Amino acid sequence: MEENIVDKVTQGEYKYGFVTDIETEIIPKGLNEDIIRIISKKKEEPDWLLDLRLKAYRHWCTLKMPHWAHLNIPEIDYQNIYYFAAPKSNPAPKDLSEVDPELIKTFNKLGIPLEEQKQLSGMAVDAVMDSISVKTTYKENLAELGIIFCSFSEAVRDYPDLVRQYFGSVVPYTDNFFAALNSAVFSDGSFIYIPKGVRCPMELSTYFRINAAQTGQFERTLIIADDDSYVSYLEGCTAPMRDENQLHAAIVELVVHDRAEIKYSTVQNWYPGDKQGKGGIYNFVTKRALCKGDDSKISWTQVETGSAITWKYPSCILMGNNSVGEFYSVAVTNNYQQADTGTKMIHIGKNTKSHVVSKGISAGHSQNSYRGLVKISQKADGARNFSQCDSLLLGDKCGAHTFPYMDIHNDTAIVEHEATTSKINEDQIFYCNQRGISNEDAVGLIVNGYAKEVINKLPMEFAVEAQKLLSISLENSVG
Amino acid sequence: MLEIKNLHASINGKEILKGINLTVKPGEIHAIMGPNGSGKSTLSSVLTGNPAFQVTEGEVHFYGKNLLELSPEDRSREGVFLSFQYPVEIPGVSMVNFMRTAVNEHRKYKGLDPMSASDFLKLMREKKDLVELDNKLANRSVNEGFSGGEKKRNEIFQMAMLEPRLSILDETDSGLDIDALRIVANGVNKLKSKDNASIVITHYQRLLDYIVPDFVHVLYKGRIVKSAGKELALELEEKGYDWIKKELGE
Repeated sequence: MEENIVDKVTQGEYKYGFVTDIETEIIPKGLNEDIIRIISKKKEEPDWLLDLRLKAYRHWCTLKMPHWAHLNIPEIDYQNIYYFAAPKSNPAPKDLSEVDPELIKTFNKLGIPLEEQKQLSGMAVDAVMDSISVKTTYKENLAELGIIFCSFSEAVRDYPDLVRQYFGSVVPYTDNFFAALNSAVFSDGSFIYIPKGVRCPMELSTYFRINAAQTGQFERTLIIADDDSYVSYLEGCTAPMRDENQLHAAIVELVVHDRAEIKYSTVQNWYPGDKQGKGGIYNFVTKRALCKGDDSKISWTQVETGSAITWKYPSCILMGNNSVGEFYSVAVTNNYQQADTGTKMIHIGKNTKSHVVSKGISAGHSQNSYRGLVKISQKADGARNFSQCDSLLLGDKCGAHTFPYMDIHNDTAIVEHEATTSKINEDQIFYCNQRGISNEDAVGLIVNGYAKEVINKLPMEFAVEAQKLLSISLENSVG
Repeated sequence: MLEIKNLHASINGKEILKGINLTVKPGEIHAIMGPNGSGKSTLSSVLTGNPAFQVTEGEVHFYGKNLLELSPEDRSREGVFLSFQYPVEIPGVSMVNFMRTAVNEHRKYKGLDPMSASDFLKLMREKKDLVELDNKLANRSVNEGFSGGEKKRNEIFQMAMLEPRLSILDETDSGLDIDALRIVANGVNKLKSKDNASIVITHYQRLLDYIVPDFVHVLYKGRIVKSAGKELALELEEKGYDWIKKELGE
């Protein structure tokens, strides 16, 4: 009977697979020092940044692609990628009337209206297409509070000291292969600074869109929360359906000072490829937060349903005493998707706490791995960690794996790890059927119930989106 | 409303039902009794379309529709309800969310708009009183951490919410103490009308003191071997199933 119900595996429709027909400015394919100079020049960057890019590039040339993850990564030809693609229009629109209507239409179609009056109240958006930021909303309102929310390029131009002080301070270019690559060729992204004592009154968000073919997206996000401040930040991503694989290698750096808090939520829905595993985004992302100040807090929440390959470990360095790191994750893989994701909690300060909740859902022929490190350093007296990793399997051709690492150098630490693996039970589905609920809706209900603990951490509007996304990603995975 | 003709069904190639014939009319209560392993629960599974069982022969019509051709969810939407012997737990799915999905699917099938949240909650409050269920029920996950009695009361609560035309109560009395049994039976009796019918599957006569059947059928080795009025249940209680076996010449 199990065969009967769980056998038919196909893919629900990817809603965001359209391409915007817009004139795009592209620099030649390939990667070398000249390309880096072109990118830097296009962005009118200061010399220190170009130097840094070149250093990163030279370092990258000495590195090899990492293969330690539980992923089967095809050879990537880094010379066959466009490293800069930008919609050709007014590069610095003062207001919406200067933004290309095609772009406004695109983001409307994605559910991200750029007209401020049409947006959800309480949310400001930075819209990024390919290599550049298209428009940031509510900038002026936020500026009144001293909050800086702008594209990364603008930040380099307008707040060079802040950028220089923090850029690469959490993820140096030497960190890993993709961090070096990103540091060499990064194009745009978001920059946020919350001044001392300010509680950001609205959700800040960035929407990343890949549009141009054969391009990579290499964005950088840098968020600084000064003493006693708070910000909630959301990130969403989509890309057109294409047969080729496209590369996305981002860096996100967060710095949290004394008693400050950053809540960082991601709904990642890059194109996952078709049901035979053709196409899709390769998502290699380095995300890290530094809890620099005492009593600081960082909370990562991610709902990952997209990408052909996901390689991503949002981490917390808990340096300040009593600092808190949280990681809540739902990762869904279907068809031939592969995900190797998790977190690193590095306890350095005294009485630091971390909490990890990871919920993996695998269907089809997909492989879904949790990989997590809990490190307690010698001085981290009274450190506490609790990790819970659950895996849910739909069907019998997918895989779920858990790789927990613990590195503990202090006897006072309390570290707990719990893991479960379960299958969607045919009895549960029949029970729903008997109440008039179809297979698809039953799976949606059960999966959302399973992921509820994480979904509840998302801001309201996002939580609703994420719930729908979970159901759509698994559509037809139980026939 | 329900007509079962020569129904044969098997699981994993093993034949369990070997030619069931049964007709149920609106307003009637039919009790199906029989020793363990006689096929009582299989009958309820087959009528509701549990994919674990294969129908090999026979027909089932429900208000003229061929029930066996309908998906399990459409059978439910047509008004066939099963109170499960072992209600399933669904962690993380709240009762309110679960029931709202179910009620709205039933409404959609009938061409009605979904119920508003406030109307729905009102309906839920009203119906849960029927089986004396806790107020906190709405926010609890489906059957998770429910006691045996709560699970059974929750089944009758769902029955009240969905207002089926035909209810099949599969061993609803098993695992219930006398108070819970009374509450469950009261709930069932309150829901009874001249337009709906019930099939009560039970091992013991006990439940039938509370839910009084119009007909009692004895199921044995996949066949209905004896049918009579409610007095048959008492006779069975007194003489045991061995009496039936003797009558059949075994």
